[in-house]
Amino acid sequence: MADPVTFTVNGKSLQAPAGTLVIDACKRAGIEIPAFCYYEGLALQAACRMCLVEVEKAPKLLASCTLPVAEGMVVQTESPVVVQARKSMLEFLLTNHPLDCPVCDKGGECELQDMSFRYGAGESRFTEMKHHVDEKQWSPVVYFDAPRCILCYRCVRICDEGLGVKALGVTNRGAYSEITPNKGDHLDCDECGACIDICPVGALTSGIYRYQTRPWEMEHTGTICSHCGDGCKTTLGVKNDEILRGNNRDRSGINGEFLCIKGRYAFDYVSHSERLQSPLLRSGGKLEEVSWSKALAHVAQRFGEIKASGGRFGVIGGEHSTNEENYYLQKFARAGLGTPNIDHRRSGDVPALLDALHGRQGALATVDDLYNAKGVLIIGVDLAQQHPLLAFQTRADSRHHQAKVFTVTEGPVREDKVAVRKVRAAAADQLDAVKSLGEDLKAAGELVVLFGDSIQGAAVGELVAFLDSLGVPAKYICLVDYSNSRGACDMGLLPHLGPGYQAAAQTGMSMAEMLADPSLDALWVVGANPLAGAALASQKAFVVVQDMFLTETAQRADVVLPSASAYEKAGTVTNTCGQVQRLRKAISVMGAKADLDIFGLLARGMNLDLGRAVPDQVFEEIRASVHGYNVPLPVIATGGAAMADPVHGRIQAAAQAHVIQSARDTLFTSGSWSRYSKTLNVVLEAPGELYKP
Amino acid sequence: MYPSLLHESPHPDETIVLGKRFRLPDSRRIGTYLAHEGYQGFLKASQMTPEQIIDEVKASNLRGRGGAGFPTGLKWSFVPRQSPKPKYIVVNGDESEPGTCKDRVLIQYDPHQLIEGILIAGRAVDAHRGWIYIRGEYRYLIDIMDEAIAEAYARGWLGKNIQGTGFDFDLSTHTGAGAYECGEESALLESLEGKRGVPRIRPPFPAVSGAFQCPTVLNNVETFAAVPSIMRMGGQAWAALGIPKAGGTKFTCLTGHVNRTGVYELALGFPVRKMIEDVGGGIRGGKKLKAMIPGGSSCPILTGEEAWELNMDYDSMAKAKTMLGSGGVVLMDEDTDMVKAALRIIRFYQHESCGWCIPCREGTLWLKKLLTRLDEGVGTVKDIDLVGDLADNMLGRTFCPLGDAAAMPTMSIVRKFRHEFEAKLGRKTVSMAGLSQLVSITG
Amino acid sequence: MTFSPELEKRFAEMAAKYPEGRQKACLIPMLMYAQDEVGHMTEELKEEVAKRLNISVLEVNEVVGYYTMMRKKRMGETHLQICTNISCLLWDGDQLWERACQKLGIGHNEVTADGKISLEEVECIGACSWAPAIQVNYDFQHHVTPEQLDKLIDDLRKA
Ligand SMILES: Cc1cc2nc3c(=O)[nH]c(=O)nc-3n(C[C@H](O)[C@H](O)[C@H](O)COP(=O)(O)O)c2cc1C
Ligand code: SF4
Ligand code: FES
Repeated sequence: MADPVTFTVNGKSLQAPAGTLVIDACKRAGIEIPAFCYYEGLALQAACRMCLVEVEKAPKLLASCTLPVAEGMVVQTESPVVVQARKSMLEFLLTNHPLDCPVCDKGGECELQDMSFRYGAGESRFTEMKHHVDEKQWSPVVYFDAPRCILCYRCVRICDEGLGVKALGVTNRGAYSEITPNKGDHLDCDECGACIDICPVGALTSGIYRYQTRPWEMEHTGTICSHCGDGCKTTLGVKNDEILRGNNRDRSGINGEFLCIKGRYAFDYVSHSERLQSPLLRSGGKLEEVSWSKALAHVAQRFGEIKASGGRFGVIGGEHSTNEENYYLQKFARAGLGTPNIDHRRSGDVPALLDALHGRQGALATVDDLYNAKGVLIIGVDLAQQHPLLAFQTRADSRHHQAKVFTVTEGPVREDKVAVRKVRAAAADQLDAVKSLGEDLKAAGELVVLFGDSIQGAAVGELVAFLDSLGVPAKYICLVDYSNSRGACDMGLLPHLGPGYQAAAQTGMSMAEMLADPSLDALWVVGANPLAGAALASQKAFVVVQDMFLTETAQRADVVLPSASAYEKAGTVTNTCGQVQRLRKAISVMGAKADLDIFGLLARGMNLDLGRAVPDQVFEEIRASVHGYNVPLPVIATGGAAMADPVHGRIQAAAQAHVIQSARDTLFTSGSWSRYSKTLNVVLEAPGELYKP
Repeated sequence: MYPSLLHESPHPDETIVLGKRFRLPDSRRIGTYLAHEGYQGFLKASQMTPEQIIDEVKASNLRGRGGAGFPTGLKWSFVPRQSPKPKYIVVNGDESEPGTCKDRVLIQYDPHQLIEGILIAGRAVDAHRGWIYIRGEYRYLIDIMDEAIAEAYARGWLGKNIQGTGFDFDLSTHTGAGAYECGEESALLESLEGKRGVPRIRPPFPAVSGAFQCPTVLNNVETFAAVPSIMRMGGQAWAALGIPKAGGTKFTCLTGHVNRTGVYELALGFPVRKMIEDVGGGIRGGKKLKAMIPGGSSCPILTGEEAWELNMDYDSMAKAKTMLGSGGVVLMDEDTDMVKAALRIIRFYQHESCGWCIPCREGTLWLKKLLTRLDEGVGTVKDIDLVGDLADNMLGRTFCPLGDAAAMPTMSIVRKFRHEFEAKLGRKTVSMAGLSQLVSITG
Repeated sequence: MTFSPELEKRFAEMAAKYPEGRQKACLIPMLMYAQDEVGHMTEELKEEVAKRLNISVLEVNEVVGYYTMMRKKRMGETHLQICTNISCLLWDGDQLWERACQKLGIGHNEVTADGKISLEEVECIGACSWAPAIQVNYDFQHHVTPEQLDKLIDDLRKA
């Protein structure tokens, strides 16, 4: 960056790097210049004229949102002319704006309201008829009230530049200009709701949230989205133990304000009417509601008996459970039940990657690294569908840093739009396809490599070796499906590897082997649904399932223990990049217990000494014993993300063949959970073909 | 077949340079053009270096004829010739400023003169492609231009290696579709690229990043049309036709209450009095001149007395706090209803506001509503003050000069003819025409 | 959607007039010339043009909504446009407008019941020195008198 430029604002001498916009430079110096259309990270508009400032020697007021600082420039941001101009802009804006603030969802959080309060006139000189247009519903989740729109074009830009969808445009002209959806009268898009949150006024409102509450009546809890593996922060608005909305307008978290439809709306499965509220115990062939104490006692007793008789256990953990729960579960299995048979549904070959990167530090990419990378190589995954945040970052990287993007995928993907090279290859040929890009990859100078399940086993090592041979510094992201799929690996929910990828004392059965074993005596499934697509071979197995719903697996259970969702408990989760973040409890529900609490009660029932089942304490144990998880506590505690880098030398690869396969969810699905999200379902039923499976 | 736009013979006070072929039979044809010094300016330019061409244009004191009056030679010199990007020429034939109808005459009667001007500009900035953007309403002119372009290609005055000079140039027309804002240069470029005619953030200016984000020379039709004469006569000779700081002739459209309305080629600095009395044959019906808009409806209005003593040139108009503008002179006699005039002008800018920025979008609509009421006699004194206030609040604060174009005439009419607004207060006369506009949505 | 051979030829030539990869530039000319054949911006036309230029219908809609000459609905066989802007107003263009409205019983952007004539009050059409001016489809008529307007309308009605 060029030498800093010195200039004066309101009599104060300031410095900023050349090229900095006056509005930004002022903001950094604590001088706020109001603006509607200016939005950091999005294309410049200079349309709202709120940010006009007085610049010495300029014949008229200038828009500070498009004005770079210049040496010796003298700026006034609060002079009488500027203040008067601002006030008149607001007066103009309010002429056709319906003053229906009392019933507007944005009331209390509206930038127009705030600005009118701070800068505006208390009276209106406008006595003409207002221009009215009726409100429209554009999709199950998006409503548009044109008269409230101030035409700042934020929604148009976030959809085009941010999401790469371009579902919004402007039609008509002048005072009758109107934001318009891509299908004339409805939207065909990601339904991410980014346009709604970015709208400074109440023009775009959410079908989920509208007319539910006043914003100040809610409590806000910043936690991590419970769906895909990207780990977006979502701030839940809660009233009376009901989640009313999700957003991340404070831009905290690794996702800034990005959220996809799942992070923003698909928390609603927690209040689905089929949610289990009481333990179920099979009696006379039927599952019947029983008390917690009865159910827990029954499980403890049966587990004890099977253990005592040397019976065979199978333990399957979940991809949404917290690190603490997964750590505790594998400990329960290995030390408590004495079984090596523990696994989870695996969606990416994390161990192979960590093995290939043995001895290196900092070879795993964070979400932020992706945004700053000079080159991005995407292998075998439809990022926009399966990893919306990573796709968003890739686009932002390309937009802001002109990153060179490469896509090596089976079919066309949205990232092609920003790609310098796109190669189509079947999963089996993708490694070769990457090799064919050799020189171009080298030219990128630096890479973040994202790969899905098409690169697994030996291919992972080959990929790393190939990129090493090019001499391009590379960082990697092994893509896994869900909110804590990565944590499940790190915590040792693997038959051959314990926490931190230490070789297990004894290699156990994989998930497929457990299900296929006719002599299995007990199957314990925590937050997973392995029987959705497979049968359980053992007729005699005593099956215990911890879940929120009566899934296919739960229907086969002898005991079903209703568990809490991620929004109802504390703990940590690790995203697909390896970044650890903290879950915070937003609501409490009747009847369900957190899996960790259930483990603790069962351990007590079985007289096992596995340590206290309290999230903080288990996390302490993880920090102390799992390599790479000794992350700084203040970062986690304050809602930050800390990279866990569990690479510590070679990892013993399992001899057995294990299944690694991504569920290939779309933007509108999320394993078996999405069935219980009304929002995801109505959106799937809505017209629109663009991003449907 | 096309409507005649000319009086039978030029007025003796006109300085006929660009218009000298207008009255020849078949003046549009390339044969006629070639027989009357056509393309000689280009041939001369092709012997010169680009710098020499630009210097010649600078020497001519030619200032842009689209309204802003920016020195043309200087503008051409801003094009970064060393840029690896292709360079383009774009002709602004959007001509939509009310009161202006001169580019129409230039294209209808002498399209090859325009082509030649474009070729010379191309030589000067190393451009090899150009587009003539013509407003959609002028479809017949687009057809005329297309025909002329085809002739020029057929006779080797466009295309590859033009007349053996080694210079290549491709040219085509591009239709507008009804939007005044597309006359603003950056909005025109957006429109050329197939988008809404919304202006761009400047800088960068078109000379650096214009059509398709490449360096572009963009000028008015008349500006380009003047260039062949400048090349043939030499810049200084051309400059000498006008006055010291503004060279050459200027097409002037006399409109409104004057006996001989029409488009005239007048030397710059032509006295207003002479223009109205001699060229225009005086105010219609021997009435008095109440007001004059000197260069299209966006210019601040002059009272008759103010106008009478001025000359038609940039500085003289600037001194009177108005502009020479585009050459559209609007003359209003003593019986003119100035409230109605103000309303009609604001209705236009409201209709044409692109909607991009707040003050123009909302301000023009509010002003229209206010002025409609004042015109209907249902306004108050406060409303009159408000008109001035709102225009003031728009002036200099909009994204592009359209907002100013709406504010300036409005402010000046209210200031100079306030008594007429006051006289209408309380005299209810609701006009249907006004109402139909008031409720029309997208026009 | 099919167009006349002449229009197809025009389209084919048009693409070459703009830089490679920037064919969206054809959008406005394509729509305008196609409108001359189709009558107005039908959904089918917008989709067809979007397809040919490989852009979204939204991009077409953005443009169609913006430009006044792009007709959002079917107009009359003859589209009568009367200028009432300042220079024409000074020559009683507004009275021509009111006369046409009364005679035809329709208003701005409306069509007679028989579909023959539509009316539009237009902004300056660049005929200011020959005011009052009207445009009959693309043809200009200058110095129009009320009698001439009456006759024009009568002839159009009979046609
Ligand atoms: C709202 C607006 C409308 C304009 N309309 C026209 C026009 O119709 N024709 C034109 O040549 N210039 C028009 N201009 C001026 C152009 O922006 C530009 O200055 C001009 O075309 C440059 O050419 P010149 O230097 O030859 O005058 C307009 C400007 C504004 C702000
Ligand atoms: S002043 Fe603003 S709204 Fe008006 S035309 Fe220019 S950019 Fe558009
Ligand atoms: S004012 Fe009517 S044509 Fe210009």
